[in-house]
Amino acid sequence: MIEVRHPDIDWAALAPVLVLLGTAVWVLLVGVFLPRGARRVFSAFFAAAGFVAAGIVSGILFGLDEEASTLVRDSLARDRLAELGQILVAGAGLLSVGVSYWESRGPRGDDPRVPADDHRERVVEWYVLLLTAVAGMAFFMQANSLVTLFLGLEWFSIALYVLCAISVHRIAALEAGLKYLIVGSFGSAILLFGSAFVYGGTGALTFGGIAEGAADGERLFLVAGLAMILVGLAFKISAAPFHMWTPDVYEGAPTPVTAFMSAATKIAGLVLTLRLLLIAFPEEEELWTITLAVIATISLAWGNIAALTQRSVKRLLAYSSVSHAGFLLMPIAAGNALGGRALLFYLVPYAALSIGSFAVVAARERELAADVTLDNLAGFGWERPFHALAMSVFMFGFIGLPPAGLFLGKFYVFTAVYERGWTWLVIVGVVATVVSVAYYLAVVRAMYGSSAELRVAPAGGSPPRDWPLTTTVFACLAVAVATLVVPDPLVDLARDSLAFLSFPF
Amino acid sequence: MLTTALIFVPLAGALLVWLIPWATSRAAGGFALLVALAELFLWVVALGRMNFASGGLQQATETPWFEDLGVAYKVGLYDFSLWLVGLTAFVTVAAIAYGTWAGRERPRAYFGLLLFLAGATTGVFVAQDLLVFYVFFEAMLIPLYVLIGVWGGARRSAATLKFIVYTMAGSLLMLVSVIALGLANGTFDLTELSTSGNDWIFLGFLAAFAVKAPIWPFHGWLPDAYREAPAEVSALLSGVISKTAAYGILRIVLPVFPEPVSDWRVVILVLASIGLVYGSLLAFRAPDVRGVIAYSSLGQMCLIVIGLVALTDSGLTGAVLHMVSHGLVSAGLFLLAGAIERRTATGELALLGGMARGRPRLASLLIALSVVALAVPFSVAFAGEFLILNGIFPVGWGWAVVGAAAILLAALYMLRLVSAVLHEGPGEAVSEVALDLRPAEVGIVGALAVALVALSFWPAAITDRVFGGDPARAVETGFSGGGEAMP
Repeated sequence: MIEVRHPDIDWAALAPVLVLLGTAVWVLLVGVFLPRGARRVFSAFFAAAGFVAAGIVSGILFGLDEEASTLVRDSLARDRLAELGQILVAGAGLLSVGVSYWESRGPRGDDPRVPADDHRERVVEWYVLLLTAVAGMAFFMQANSLVTLFLGLEWFSIALYVLCAISVHRIAALEAGLKYLIVGSFGSAILLFGSAFVYGGTGALTFGGIAEGAADGERLFLVAGLAMILVGLAFKISAAPFHMWTPDVYEGAPTPVTAFMSAATKIAGLVLTLRLLLIAFPEEEELWTITLAVIATISLAWGNIAALTQRSVKRLLAYSSVSHAGFLLMPIAAGNALGGRALLFYLVPYAALSIGSFAVVAARERELAADVTLDNLAGFGWERPFHALAMSVFMFGFIGLPPAGLFLGKFYVFTAVYERGWTWLVIVGVVATVVSVAYYLAVVRAMYGSSAELRVAPAGGSPPRDWPLTTTVFACLAVAVATLVVPDPLVDLARDSLAFLSFPF
Repeated sequence: MLTTALIFVPLAGALLVWLIPWATSRAAGGFALLVALAELFLWVVALGRMNFASGGLQQATETPWFEDLGVAYKVGLYDFSLWLVGLTAFVTVAAIAYGTWAGRERPRAYFGLLLFLAGATTGVFVAQDLLVFYVFFEAMLIPLYVLIGVWGGARRSAATLKFIVYTMAGSLLMLVSVIALGLANGTFDLTELSTSGNDWIFLGFLAAFAVKAPIWPFHGWLPDAYREAPAEVSALLSGVISKTAAYGILRIVLPVFPEPVSDWRVVILVLASIGLVYGSLLAFRAPDVRGVIAYSSLGQMCLIVIGLVALTDSGLTGAVLHMVSHGLVSAGLFLLAGAIERRTATGELALLGGMARGRPRLASLLIALSVVALAVPFSVAFAGEFLILNGIFPVGWGWAVVGAAAILLAALYMLRLVSAVLHEGPGEAVSEVALDLRPAEVGIVGALAVALVALSFWPAAITDRVFGGDPARAVETGFSGGGEAMP
């Protein structure tokens, strides 16, 4: 009998990914046999259930894994950092189901941009792709070698390329998908090239091996590779100057996809960046901390200044997401344990604010059947008191004002950077925040302050009640406020997640 | 618990006003008024429980909040904060009563925001942790932004943007200082901070308070915001919100930064003196009622700052007394400005005049408040200003001369206001049919006036009951003297 040698696989570590993939396969296989009317309920329900199950499995693993371990010859990690990240992206996926439920029902008949049954045709694929994207991110965050990193990156990116273009009758969506595909592939190619350099320099692909091989490796290749990998990751988290795709793609993609991308891609990309830099490049800490500080500064400057001139709310929020990439890179640049906790803390209220604000945009979009601009937000504050109140909290929250937890997040980030001794970077963050006041408050002013003549009446009377979306907005609001009122549990989770890592500063 | 209740009763009231679908504007306003009265009642209870003889922190509560950085939710009352909390509660009652009586569009949002503002302001006055202080200091911006941005006058849009950018710039500099100071101390607990000699940290705090007070030349936002806001919001803004800045200087800047304060004292005094004279002169020239009150408010805040940085017993006591009296006076004057605007649809002095004829109540109240505002001897404002000047005299007699000159200017601009509104020939905008103040307006503004008269008879009610009787030492020791042990 031939003995096949195979690596000893710790299936439990892959359970969250497998749950998500299994759900995706189940929804895809069963969904196509269902009558059209039942597909939406079926696929949305199982997508939501899949996200909840994946979150629970990750949570159980989080409870079990006091020690970090690796599997499949060190190419995947099983540790609390990945598991916390998986819980967060599963949460983002769950919220996105709520945002997209009505969208996937198909637009109201009077939306001239889309044939009435366009979405209904693709509703199963929609949720399957969402599940696949989250599965890819879950895998990506477990990556412990450059190969699995690239695999995970492409996995969730391809799902997102298709999701962006899923409304095939909308030119803008196709354009967004194509643009994202081309620019994203460019970023991936750079990352892959950088990986090759790192391999050439150190002779290793696993993160631990790179750190070991760095001592007697070729430093030029290592540094060049590190730089290119950082560029590739910066593309994904839309940090300037690698953000060029962001406003176009965020604007063109269906709003629920934008909501999902803005939160989940950032979570996945930043969690992995933290792991990669701390495990694979501990010796180059001076180099990558200053590089990230510079990228953060550019993102803050570019994102905030560009956002000032936007009229389209989705573009405005896209630039806001660029500027928040800057805020999110600051704690990694700080390179201390406080910064690690600050990053993981910041991500949660940020994700809630981001998904929540795009959800409100989606709600307005549906009742207007037109792209939302600062002009046609007029009167929203009095027509939809709850959505507008939530949107105001989100906007004040993005600035860093109470009652949203991003206030503490910013404070945490600034504290970490200050502890590193980089007061200049804190000042940059502060100045960026002052500039951001103008455009975030422009949204609030547009909702409440405009005179009645400017109002665009919602087409066709009162819009349908959209309880999944409203519930999602409420959930985002609750998360945003809860992180301000009781921050400590989340901080403890963050501390536990980072216990296995050692920070250079 | 009592201190926490003082913060959260108005906040909870705000939520109820928003959530319950009140049938009429009066119902929503009436409920908000009840909440504001409950807050005032709580303050009276706190007043009763205060031990003025011992000074120090009382009614303190502490709960862990953000342990990673050593931040706790810690609140408590000092005797001087108690007076400012009282001012907040009292002026809020007046403002909400006035708003209810005047009627505002979208009453639920409006009155909820007013209560929210009251809760946040109270939070600033009782916070004993740097970050808690900062949260409430920032939280005040949100209701103010919306209140002015939605219910304000024609040029509200520019006014709110200017207001918020100015104040955010100041307070974010303070955030940097909060972080630096907290990390240097290993705690954000205000009662445990050791003194710091760092000029930059000091300037960060000073920037926030200089914008909020405001001190010249950081007052760019003031005239627009005071002119465009609804009358009762202007009353709160100038009567109460500006006091948070003076309170911040008193509570944080003076005790924590003794060296920088003495190094920079001349600079602060020069800026404040310029502000005092410049504000008074602009008030004399201002073309409208609100302009006069707004610029006079700039001058008076600068005078309060002069009293604070004098760091003498008399100066500190006078500053606290003047905070309360100016709060009541300017709130009353802004409400009267609102009443005048309701009757004439304008605040332009050129279009007003002759309103005393047939309007005895308006005339009496305006003259009464103006007389206090110009600090006529035996008024509470006079007591406050006298103490401040007496306190700054040992520091340098020149500052006292500037201050005395400003009192003269105050007489000029207040009398100009009175004469331009009430006397002279009837203005174009003043109708023949005399509409005097309604009983409700008389009651609301009258209550403020009565409080001022009472304090004029008995300023010692406050001056004997601040800083545990020993102001300069209290500031020097960081207010740690006396008080109750923490539970």
